[in-house]
Amino acid sequence: MTTDAKAVNWVYSGESEHADSMEIQTFGFWVYLMSDLVLFAALFVTFAVVGHNYAGGPSGKNLFHLPYLFAETMCLLVSSATYGLTMLAVHRLRKARVLLGLAVTFLLGLGFITMEVHEFYGMIVDGNGPGRSAFLSAFFTLVGTHGSHVSFGLIWMAVLMGQVGAKGLTRPVRSRLMRLSMFWHFLDIVWVGVFSVVYLMGVI
Amino acid sequence: MFGKLSLSAIPFDNPIIMGAVGGASLLALMVLGLITYYGKWPYLWKEWLTSLDHKRIGIMYIILALVMLVRGFSDAIMMRSQQALAAGTAQGYLTPHHFDQVFSAHGTIMIIFMAMPFFIGLMNIVVPQQIGARDVAFPFMNSVSLWLTTAGAALVMVSLGVGEFSETGWFGLAPLFEKEFSPGTGVDYWLWAFQIAGAGSLMTGINFLVTIFKMRAPGMKLMRMPLFVWTALTTNVLMILSFPVLTVAFFLLALDRYLGMHFFTNGLGGNMMMWNNFFWMWGHPEVYIIILPAFGIFSEVVATFSGKRLFGYKSLVYATAVIMLLSFMVWLHHFFTMGNSPAVNTFFGITTMMIAIPTGVKVFDWLFTMYRGRIRFTSPMYWTMGFLTTFVIGGMTGVLMALPPADYVVHNSLFLIAHFHNMLIPGALFGFFAGYTYWFPKAVGFRLDEKWGKRAFWCWLVGFYLAFVPLYILGFMGMPRRMQHYWNLAWHPYLIIAAAGTAVVLIGIILQGVQLVVSIRRRDANRDLTGDPWNGRTLEWATSSPPAPYNFAAIPAVHDIDVVADMKERGISRRYPGPYHDISMPKNAAHGPVMGALAFLFGFAMVWYIWWLAAFSFLGIVLAVVIRSTDDETDYTIPAAEVKKIEDERYEEAGAAHENRAAPGQITAQLAPEA
Repeated sequence: MTTDAKAVNWVYSGESEHADSMEIQTFGFWVYLMSDLVLFAALFVTFAVVGHNYAGGPSGKNLFHLPYLFAETMCLLVSSATYGLTMLAVHRLRKARVLLGLAVTFLLGLGFITMEVHEFYGMIVDGNGPGRSAFLSAFFTLVGTHGSHVSFGLIWMAVLMGQVGAKGLTRPVRSRLMRLSMFWHFLDIVWVGVFSVVYLMGVI
Repeated sequence: MFGKLSLSAIPFDNPIIMGAVGGASLLALMVLGLITYYGKWPYLWKEWLTSLDHKRIGIMYIILALVMLVRGFSDAIMMRSQQALAAGTAQGYLTPHHFDQVFSAHGTIMIIFMAMPFFIGLMNIVVPQQIGARDVAFPFMNSVSLWLTTAGAALVMVSLGVGEFSETGWFGLAPLFEKEFSPGTGVDYWLWAFQIAGAGSLMTGINFLVTIFKMRAPGMKLMRMPLFVWTALTTNVLMILSFPVLTVAFFLLALDRYLGMHFFTNGLGGNMMMWNNFFWMWGHPEVYIIILPAFGIFSEVVATFSGKRLFGYKSLVYATAVIMLLSFMVWLHHFFTMGNSPAVNTFFGITTMMIAIPTGVKVFDWLFTMYRGRIRFTSPMYWTMGFLTTFVIGGMTGVLMALPPADYVVHNSLFLIAHFHNMLIPGALFGFFAGYTYWFPKAVGFRLDEKWGKRAFWCWLVGFYLAFVPLYILGFMGMPRRMQHYWNLAWHPYLIIAAAGTAVVLIGIILQGVQLVVSIRRRDANRDLTGDPWNGRTLEWATSSPPAPYNFAAIPAVHDIDVVADMKERGISRRYPGPYHDISMPKNAAHGPVMGALAFLFGFAMVWYIWWLAAFSFLGIVLAVVIRSTDDETDYTIPAAEVKKIEDERYEEAGAAHENRAAPGQITAQLAPEA
């Protein structure tokens, strides 16, 4: 009790104690996305390592149809744009527009997944399934992991449409819409990588 | 209906396994029976299993770790006794297939289900208190992490009695673990246990990274964080960046085994070496994930019991950060002999040796903290000093093996086994034991018995040297790892000494059990009413023991690295005079244990090809997440009056316990030093 040179209170007297919950959740989700990026990086590495091991089977040149993929890609890219517009409506608290924007995004995402499943189906029916060669294993796994992420995004979007409808644009709902937005744009960026590394470089 | 599962999956004909299963089941039934007899199920469910309180989750993690320590150590006893017996014409008591499962399970359990839950438990209890927070960033996710880890551990335990465990080592051998060569369920148990627990660990990493970045008390800048928080932060970064690689590795292996793909196969374009790279890209950071938090614990313990500020705080922080970065650049030293080019091996040899530099800095910092300190020789300090001396030996053998030519000589020999046990037992486990003893009064409210703690320490230390020094010698004599039987009788005496060492460690573990029982029985004599039993220096000692659910009635303001030491020096009363405010805390949630149970079912169903159950449990997990996500009322409020009542009671108790108190009901700076 001697060195009390300048009296300091040990209790903080300010108003808010911590960063608010929305900021914490957004940051936490961002950190998750970074770990997901590492996951995709590992899958890209796998594709780079075994992507030319055709084992006598077909290569990308025989399998990929770029015009079809262009349409598929446009579905996803446009859906990212419509989600961006949806978020503008979220900030302005326009519920009807938010629901409309989510519905359009959902349909575009569904279109993307349908086209991907159709592409996979065609390859498997032709006997070029994931067990045919290491190249096809890596192809199906990388593209399919992205596709399953998009599918989870769609389920999430459907749940949030229900929440917007039932609860309105409350603070927790807006926070969730914000995180789905990050997720959706993130998947867009990953797809640009998939399209370039797998498809474009595959047909060259 | 039940996939591959039938009654023949239970190895009734193997008396050793059936004995272990019987013993474990009997013990479990006894515990469950006692809970039922005393009618404690509602209490257990409401206060513990569904709790989102980080301190309770931490305690449950540590209980899991201690249970799995016993299981993993039983495997160690089996290996050492088998090798002590099976020389020359003797065959020992374990068949080769059984022995292979034992060493695979030992590694998996000790790393994933002992070391990980142990430090995650300590991190849960301590980190929020050390940064002046009331909870972690995502309390619900914390509970999910715990129950996913538990589900993985349960899978390993079930594999003992139903089916088999992997025979391809804890890190897996490509392509031996492919369906073609290992058609049984063992590899699948190993795979799903890893995968499920790994998901839990990844979530823990994210949770605590966000907690440390976003929830520190005002004034606690990064360079004022206690060393344990720093090491927890770096460990979390490692977890976030490395666990996804592990997830991918096991995902690809699962695709190989379940869907006939070709990632690690030796046909149709698979690449076996890719497995080694992926596994160790996670596996080496994992070593530091485990060991860095222990370094943090040693730092806290050394400062407290030397009665001094930590020497070279900044250098310790930077050394920790350098180790974090370097740990991603050394994975290849796990397979120098795989046939990489000399340039590649040289690069990884140099980075490996470089890690010794920041580690050496740390050792000197701890020594200089002790230098001219008033050292109190408590049992956490014993563990720390045992670590400092023993760990240095392991470090030196590590630098030796970092030289690729030398590694070619001792690769996969017992020298390697001795080396990494020499790092992980003193480096990590002694640290966890130090932290367990050091923070036990904080978590539970009374101290552990010192006398039994020190006895246990000596058994561990002596037993460690007896068990592992012979392995160094055997490595030089050319004995490979993982031998179920050997003809070279020159090895035999050393293996008998090693087995004796294991027996001494076993006594140490028994003494730790005795310590726990004795401490619980004498809890009133060792109760900690002040909240600061060791004359501590950091913020966790400003809360009561055990802390109130909200930890701090008012959020502390931080002016120094050693906040509590600073407060005591300035003579600032730690009594918060009020006015108190309502505090909102997370409600209990049953989703965590439910998701854990579903994850266990999912893993079990995948192992046995029970597809309907796998689909059902997977959908159940998704549904639980959706249900939870629609809940906006996840918090409850502790009213200000209730807070005042808890705090008043606490200060009255502390005041009564305190002889030199300045005013009634007020606790002041003069805390009695440890007797």
